[in-house]
Amino acid sequence: MSGALRPLVRLHAVSRDFDVSRPWLNRVLEGVPRQLLRAVDGVSFELRRGETLALVGESGCGKSTVARLIVGLHAPSAGRIEFDGVDLASPGASSLRRRMQMIFQDPYASLNPRWRVRDIVAEPIRVLGVARSKSEIDERVAEQLRQVRLAPEDGEKYPHEFSGGQRQRISIARALSGKPEFLVCDEPTSALDVSVQAQILNLMVALQGGLGLTYLFISHNLAVVSHVADRVGVMYLGRLVELAEAGELFARPRHPYTRMLLDAIPDLAMSGRRRTPVSGEVPNPLDPPAGCAFHPRCPHAGARCRSERPLPFADGPSLVACHAVQEGRI
Amino acid sequence: MSPPLLEVRDLRVEFPGRRGTLTAVDGVSFSIAPGEVLGIVGESGAGKSLTGMAIIGLLEPPGRIAGGEIRLEGERIDRLPQERMRRIRGRRIGAIFQDPLTSLNPLYSIGEQLVETIVTHLDIGTTRARERAVALLREVGIPAPEGRFEHYPHQFSGGMRQRVVIALALCAEPRLVIADEPTTALDVSMQAQIISLLKRLARDHATAVMLITHDMGVIAETADRVAVMYAGRIAELGPVRDVIHAPRHPYTAGLMGSIPKIALPAPGSGSPAPGPAAMRRPPLVQIEGSMPRLNAIPPGCAFHPRCPKRFERCVREHPEPIAAGTNRVACWLYADDRGAVEPR
Repeated sequence: MSGALRPLVRLHAVSRDFDVSRPWLNRVLEGVPRQLLRAVDGVSFELRRGETLALVGESGCGKSTVARLIVGLHAPSAGRIEFDGVDLASPGASSLRRRMQMIFQDPYASLNPRWRVRDIVAEPIRVLGVARSKSEIDERVAEQLRQVRLAPEDGEKYPHEFSGGQRQRISIARALSGKPEFLVCDEPTSALDVSVQAQILNLMVALQGGLGLTYLFISHNLAVVSHVADRVGVMYLGRLVELAEAGELFARPRHPYTRMLLDAIPDLAMSGRRRTPVSGEVPNPLDPPAGCAFHPRCPHAGARCRSERPLPFADGPSLVACHAVQEGRI
Repeated sequence: MSPPLLEVRDLRVEFPGRRGTLTAVDGVSFSIAPGEVLGIVGESGAGKSLTGMAIIGLLEPPGRIAGGEIRLEGERIDRLPQERMRRIRGRRIGAIFQDPLTSLNPLYSIGEQLVETIVTHLDIGTTRARERAVALLREVGIPAPEGRFEHYPHQFSGGMRQRVVIALALCAEPRLVIADEPTTALDVSMQAQIISLLKRLARDHATAVMLITHDMGVIAETADRVAVMYAGRIAELGPVRDVIHAPRHPYTAGLMGSIPKIALPAPGSGSPAPGPAAMRRPPLVQIEGSMPRLNAIPPGCAFHPRCPKRFERCVREHPEPIAAGTNRVACWLYADDRGAVEPR
């Protein structure tokens, strides 16, 4: 495949387990076994250059873990992650890491309170060697701050002098100062008020257009996702249950869980559209149901759903992991 | 229409401090009728939670009610002694807060907590209180309530815990329930269930509900009327449908425009244009800047520095709520005597 057509990021059956066992002594004395929590379970997808792929799902579905796996904050327990065709676990892949950056949810926790903003923004420039001389670095920092609509003079201040929205701009400036191609955004606007969220989303869209960035956008807010995403992946209990073009997903959701999520969104337009009431809640991830993880809450669950795990298959333009859809029952 | 159950008039909450007094709630007036859900919406720091806390008499010192009055069923409750107010809380006013884990005592089973609350406020024995507690748990949708009676808060999931908190708030059949961000800590699927529960309870028990939230979607689903707060004042108040579909205050209009909406492709529009999806969509409405801090509330209309429609009078004079259609709007655009200056 030529470089331009090759997907920028590719996940191949990626899983990640966390050890949540009791301490060793308790295990020995109480005779309890080790316990593993599978936060991400066999997830595969690709990110195309210049697109925004959003991952949505409720808390504990593994979407943030996927984000952290891609940027290397966790290593996969199984499966493979490729960036620009190179396995990120292979030796020498560390040079690829500089081509990606991450924006975190909480702008109060993700900036060092003891550093001036200019040092925060300059750190990736220094570490990644984007610029070396002091004047060059200063110039780049000023440019980054202007790019996120802050004043270069703001670089002299400390994070506490800024509001939540301005801090998230600083996070974006820091992420972009290393000149990445790919940004992983983990709930970048969930901690912000709606009017500020609008400012940040508009900024992110404008930056993507101007710099040709690729975004992985993690969010639980479907309306935000519908605004920014080209394609959307829906996760449930560590698994990808549906992956589709954004317009297709919102117009014709296929997986029963996707339908449930869409039905649960408050109806802001007050159109009075009919909705199926939501029932049940996400099961304990330490003890996931057999077969399809969604079957205890699913109105279409059959015997096969309770025993056999559904694998993603192509239904028209979408990928869906659901027996009922595959069998044409819904 | 029935007389208001709760009437708040000209409420003012202040925080005296070393560097002067901060006014966090300023001239807030509204009323709630029995069975009505009034939504209070606004961004963080708008004063919506403090308004709720002032009504239930739980302002953290040095915060204090510096003016105005609060009437519950005609009786003034804003300057009652602590002990009398304590008897009103729980009995006549129930409260539901954002984080169900901090509203429940981790050391007592939920059954004990419910029974204790019922016995404290109602004149009934433990056996009948227990029956009532089980019935309440069933009513808020906890499956097999008898079996869960002895369970401790940590044994419940977030959504189930919030149901327990709602049951606790409803124990003594209060006439008013103040729910402060009751769904914010919950996932969307749980949120929808809690919203419909609140709505049903308000209707069935003719309880007045004051629903405080930052989420316009929750308001649209639940409330009958809504008050939009900005910098400690009510910017606009009216029936939910009118505020959402025809906002009159420039702040409400900006707020509504800044909420992303699920965009469905127009039928028959063919294949979408190339390029990132977001680039093809109109940007969200942006209100420049952010809400002022309490120590820097601008003179005149607090919103004027960010307002696209401001004119000279907005900078000088503080607008009082003015009737505009079905809504009450604190904006000079709707004054009859706008002065000689036209909006620019």
